[in-house]
Amino acid sequence: MDTAASETVWTQVGSIDDIPVLGSRVVRTPGGDIALFRTAADEVFALEDACPHKQGPLSQGIVHGRRVTCPLHSWVIELATGEAVAPDEGRTGHVPVRVEGRSVSLALAEAKLSRGGCRKACGHV
Amino acid sequence: MDMHLSSNNGPAVESNEAELHSAVPVRERLVVVGNGMAGMKTVEELLAKAPGRFDITVFGAEPHPNYNRIMLSPVLAGEKTFDQIVLNSREWYDANGIALLTGEAVESIDRAGKMVVSQSGRVVPYDRLLIATGSMPFIIPVPGSTLPGVIGFRDLADVDAMLAAAAKGGRAVVIGGGLLGLEAANGLRVKGMEVTVVHLMPTLMERQLDPSAGMLLQRELERRGIEVLTGADTAEIVGNNREGGEWVSAVRLRDGRELPADIVVMAVGIRPNMALGKAAGVECGRGIRVDDRMRTSDPSIYAVGECVEHRGVTWGLVAPLFEMAKVLAHDLAGGEGAAYTGSVTSTKLKVTGVDVFSAGDFSGGAGTEDIVFRDAARGVYKRLVLKDGKLLGAVLYGDTKDGAWYFSLLKDGADVSAERDTMIFGQGFGSADAGDPNAAIAALPDSAEICGCNGVCKGTIVKAITEKGLTSLDEVKAHTKASASCGGCSGTVERLLAVTLGDGFTAAPKVKPMCKCTRHTHDQVRAAIVDRGLKTMAEVFQAMEWTTPDGCASCRPALNYYLLCAWPGEYRDDYQSRYINERAHANIQKDGTYSVVPRMWGGLTNAAELRAIADVVDKFAIPTVKVTGGQRIDLFGVKKEDLPAVWADLNAAGMVSGHAYAKGLRTVKTCVGSEWCRFGTQDSTGLGVKLERMTWGTWTPHKVKLAVSGCPRNCAEATIKDLGVVCIDSGYELHVGGNGGLHVRACDLLVRVGTEEEVLEYTGAFMQLYREEARYLERTAPWVERVGLDHIKAALVEDPERRRDLNARFLFSQTFSQDDPWAERAAKGVDRHEFNLLAEVG
Ligand code: SRM
Ligand SMILES: Cc1cc2nc3c(=O)[nH]c(=O)nc-3n(C[C@H](O)[C@H](O)[C@H](O)COP(=O)(O)OP(=O)(O)OC[C@H]3O[C@@H](n4cnc5c(N)ncnc54)[C@H](O)[C@@H]3O)c2cc1C
Ligand code: SF4
Ligand code: FES
Repeated sequence: MDTAASETVWTQVGSIDDIPVLGSRVVRTPGGDIALFRTAADEVFALEDACPHKQGPLSQGIVHGRRVTCPLHSWVIELATGEAVAPDEGRTGHVPVRVEGRSVSLALAEAKLSRGGCRKACGHV
Repeated sequence: MDMHLSSNNGPAVESNEAELHSAVPVRERLVVVGNGMAGMKTVEELLAKAPGRFDITVFGAEPHPNYNRIMLSPVLAGEKTFDQIVLNSREWYDANGIALLTGEAVESIDRAGKMVVSQSGRVVPYDRLLIATGSMPFIIPVPGSTLPGVIGFRDLADVDAMLAAAAKGGRAVVIGGGLLGLEAANGLRVKGMEVTVVHLMPTLMERQLDPSAGMLLQRELERRGIEVLTGADTAEIVGNNREGGEWVSAVRLRDGRELPADIVVMAVGIRPNMALGKAAGVECGRGIRVDDRMRTSDPSIYAVGECVEHRGVTWGLVAPLFEMAKVLAHDLAGGEGAAYTGSVTSTKLKVTGVDVFSAGDFSGGAGTEDIVFRDAARGVYKRLVLKDGKLLGAVLYGDTKDGAWYFSLLKDGADVSAERDTMIFGQGFGSADAGDPNAAIAALPDSAEICGCNGVCKGTIVKAITEKGLTSLDEVKAHTKASASCGGCSGTVERLLAVTLGDGFTAAPKVKPMCKCTRHTHDQVRAAIVDRGLKTMAEVFQAMEWTTPDGCASCRPALNYYLLCAWPGEYRDDYQSRYINERAHANIQKDGTYSVVPRMWGGLTNAAELRAIADVVDKFAIPTVKVTGGQRIDLFGVKKEDLPAVWADLNAAGMVSGHAYAKGLRTVKTCVGSEWCRFGTQDSTGLGVKLERMTWGTWTPHKVKLAVSGCPRNCAEATIKDLGVVCIDSGYELHVGGNGGLHVRACDLLVRVGTEEEVLEYTGAFMQLYREEARYLERTAPWVERVGLDHIKAALVEDPERRRDLNARFLFSQTFSQDDPWAERAAKGVDRHEFNLLAEVG
């Protein structure tokens, strides 16, 4: 994935106020659902809405600190990186997020998705 | 501009010139608009670097010499006089040859002619112009916001207006729970007014403090008699006629509440005061735009302070403004290479006796970690945010002495990996004194209360330890009652033992804590909630010294339940602390779809219900319909977005949620009983329906299943339920603590009773005892085994009064929980966000 040359394209998806504190909302994209999370400190993170374990929808989990617990079998995933917390192993895709004022945007083209086509290209999984 | 010049009736340009700059016209002329903190800091720095380089004229709209605006809060609170906060006296201006024009605002800038025109018509030419006009309080544009009696908090005139109002007593409403609003509220309270703070966000000072610190601050202000309303949105300010004119009389909130007010202080934020620059055509954004050398779009005009926008950012604290002032002074003095590139800031609330400090950034993004320290006895909360071995942010409450240290580490971007584990205790931890929790305990006065439940002071405990030769926590508990209730202070008591006994002390064996966020057990936390009246999760975190800022997926649902159980009708359910099934009111399936189980009271259904179910299945193309092991029908594979519509259709046919997802009542299984069965002794179906009507909607530590069998043949499998009723000729047998799940356990027989009323009362009492005593996620079977059947019998069978009380408490809590969650979502739009996408793109 070579983005160095091109300018980042940000897609506005809504307001931070639309995401509950310690909660999540889903953005549907042609490449699959993206889960947006908001922490108590008002940070926003975006992960592919699929757990590295068995693709559980992470958007439905409980958010605590900067992590989410998967609703299906309770793996804990780092919001910033998509990485599973040890002892579990695996990583789900993450998408760069920008918050300007209250408005939230995603850099979808730079998403490091694990189920999408860039699995090999970005060497991220 | 010219028009203005000709129409002014002040002195003419020439005479003005002559008056101000008598003889030495060779020097460059610097005019400063704004006699405030940033402008005068620039002048001070400039005089230090290049004395005599400029002919300086300063215009100040206020009729005072330059004063320390920050200190208006202590002036309001009566802790300082105005004279004590003056920064530069009029003599200072004279001594430095500065022409100071106070009470004289500049009205316009003539950029082409390079001169400014003041309110009184005075015209002063410049070679360089500095705009330092600060900012203005933002007045929210609600009806009534311009009424007399609505005051900002910006300058001495505002303070005088507040003091005049406070002298008459009465009520003040402060809109805005940020730094300024709280300092105003405190000052007015100290001056004897009844004060209410109205704050839009859920916690105070949310931009500087996290929710934990915000909660502590709120409690402290409340202790001082200030009422705090959070999540409160102002709709209107109301006035009436008094003493010959219109005056503010109340603040009306959007939820309809009306707060009487003799003055209203508006402290919701500030707006850069850029009108002068904007009118003159200087480039402006949210403030007057400046580059890294504080130059505006006009090369002769500079700007510093709160009126500027630098790299897209505006500032509202003095530290960054002083940094700007230094850079500009360097530049004006002819220096090169200085650049202002932005600031890291820290905040301290100036309310005497309340120590709050915050610095840096909490929204650190990827890879940040938190270190949290709480000391409930001393009312201390500290949180550090780290990333890649560096400190990103700090919040301190109750103990701010290390604020400066953290701030310098933060500003310098110092590598703190080596100190990571101990830095939360403060600078120099480990080296003898500072920050060591034992040292902190040693330093407490004897009168310090250690055990909040039983009101035991430090002195009492130390005396007992030394005089009675106590060596363990249990002994201290027995002799002093300290930590005998909730045990929240057990850590402090242990430290006290360690401090008093030195090497003679060995810590008690560790008990299994609720989760990694705390060292306390479920039972201790629960007891603390009840005994100490803890009513929010944030209060529990602090009182029980949680080591995380907002708990985890394991403790939060438990705390949410404990609080809900302890304070029915009062505690507001914390939605984000519920497992997804309880948020979505449906069970999540392996593919992310949901299942829908409508209630079928006592296992009964009818044609209309079945028809409605069939219609819903067709309409939403629901793939699987199954009869459950709980005598009802489960619809599998429903898309989350469809849930409210599915529920609406089921509601229309009279069906409500079956709570198949809840830590609450699931089903009441029944058999046909005496109505049809040749062996039936009682109306088991009817009794089952009554039990289900009484118990549905409840929240319990784990799920609860009931059953009623019409005779000992027990077709409803009542003796493996949480509570099972087996009907007999003479009445009813009540069985409890059964489970057909992972570990099959047959019930214990609790009692035999004669009437349905007694069955209902026992059931309510049993449910409530379970609700109040069992640990979260402990079903009745392991609970009964843990506490023993005798314990249950003692409470329910041998103590009729207690049984009645328990049942009454159960029925009371039920009055808050028997709303069909499906109807609330389908018809009333509750939690709509849960079922909708945020966006669809591409
Ligand atoms: C649907 C159903 C199976 C069926 O097709 O019949 C079912 C399905 C589930 N059961 Fe069950 N249980 C169902 C009756 C039972 C029964 C029989 C009964 O209630 O008479 C039992 C044994 C009786 C008991 O609970 O004592 C039962 C013991 C369990 C257990 C083990 C509980 C235990 O204490 O050991 C679990 C796991 C848990 O709750 O942690 C469980 C958990 C589950 C969950 C919720 C698993 C999960 O977390 O996703 C299943 C999802 C339900 C859904 O999506 O709707 N289910 N489950 C039954 C729904 C009954 C209802 O109408 O609400
Ligand atoms: C009550 C209070 C408490 C505060 N506490 C803190 C604190 O604890 N810590 C902290 O860092 N900061 C605090 N601040 C903020 C701090 O005071 C400001 O950041 C700082 O004063 C801004 O400096 P400034 O020079 O930009 O604006 P100001 O100090 O407001 O100076 C601007 C001056 O320009 C004058 N002026 C405006 N227009 C004209 C015109 N057209 N002609 C002539 N004069 C004009 C104004 O009258 C004013 O005197 C507090 C502010 C207040 C009001
Ligand atoms: S028995 Fe197991 S597989 Fe079957 S419904 Fe219950 S939990 Fe699911
Ligand atoms: S799918 Fe997430 S833990 Fe199994």
